[in-house]
Amino acid sequence: MASTIRVRATSSGETTEVQALIQHPMDSGFVKDAKGEIIPAHFIQQLTFEHDGKNVFTADWGGGVSKDPYVKFAFKGGKKGDDLKISWVDNKGATDTTTAKIQ
Amino acid sequence: MTDVGFSATRRLILQGAGAVALVGLGNLLFGLTPALAAANDKYPEEAFKAKSEADAIKALYGKTAEPSDKVKMDAPEIAENGAVVPISVMTTLADVTSISFLVSENPVVLVASYKIPAGTLPNVANRIKMARTSNVIVVVEAGGKLYSASKEVKVTVGGCGG
Repeated sequence: MASTIRVRATSSGETTEVQALIQHPMDSGFVKDAKGEIIPAHFIQQLTFEHDGKNVFTADWGGGVSKDPYVKFAFKGGKKGDDLKISWVDNKGATDTTTAKIQ
Repeated sequence: MTDVGFSATRRLILQGAGAVALVGLGNLLFGLTPALAAANDKYPEEAFKAKSEADAIKALYGKTAEPSDKVKMDAPEIAENGAVVPISVMTTLADVTSISFLVSENPVVLVASYKIPAGTLPNVANRIKMARTSNVIVVVEAGGKLYSASKEVKVTVGGCGG
């Protein structure tokens, strides 16, 4: 299966800007479907970004983050061609991981 | 798996060592909270159950935030679709360790909390859901203190209702 994680990491020399877009329903557990039944909570709880063996960003998310979540941040360092490792885990224990090259 | 086990043990030891050192200094209450907060990279389960912004902030950080004009939030005046509200924050505060987003009128007030290690810029953008018109609050932890900014966002169609 194709990765659920799409990431663009761009180095400007001094800093690396990271944009990530993840495919996930992010069901909060408060929304009802067409039949009036509650759609059970299903959302990413933690998303981590690692560069050079070091954690550069951690997101703790609740069900209030939009479907197919997007996040943008930047860190100092990071060169073109470096690896950036991205992982997430959701409230049902599902996970996905990908490694992107910094551009 | 061994990595996880190792770092968890190491954290416990460091935490224990920190606590002992601080007790030695007779500085227990003042010193313990930051030591615990720094060592805590677990998912903050309790904070994501809080029904009020004060409870959520307390569960996350164990202290209260003061408003600061150094925390700059970019949020729309009116969000036509509450399911996708783009919010970003930047700050000129130094030594930022964490940034959190809260929506007062959501059933779960805490939406997202980001850990900012040294070397990562205190500048985050994301997209959140809003049940209805509400204050959006951003909390920034910098140098062990909490600063906040708040803005009302009007929601035309809620993103959490059924």
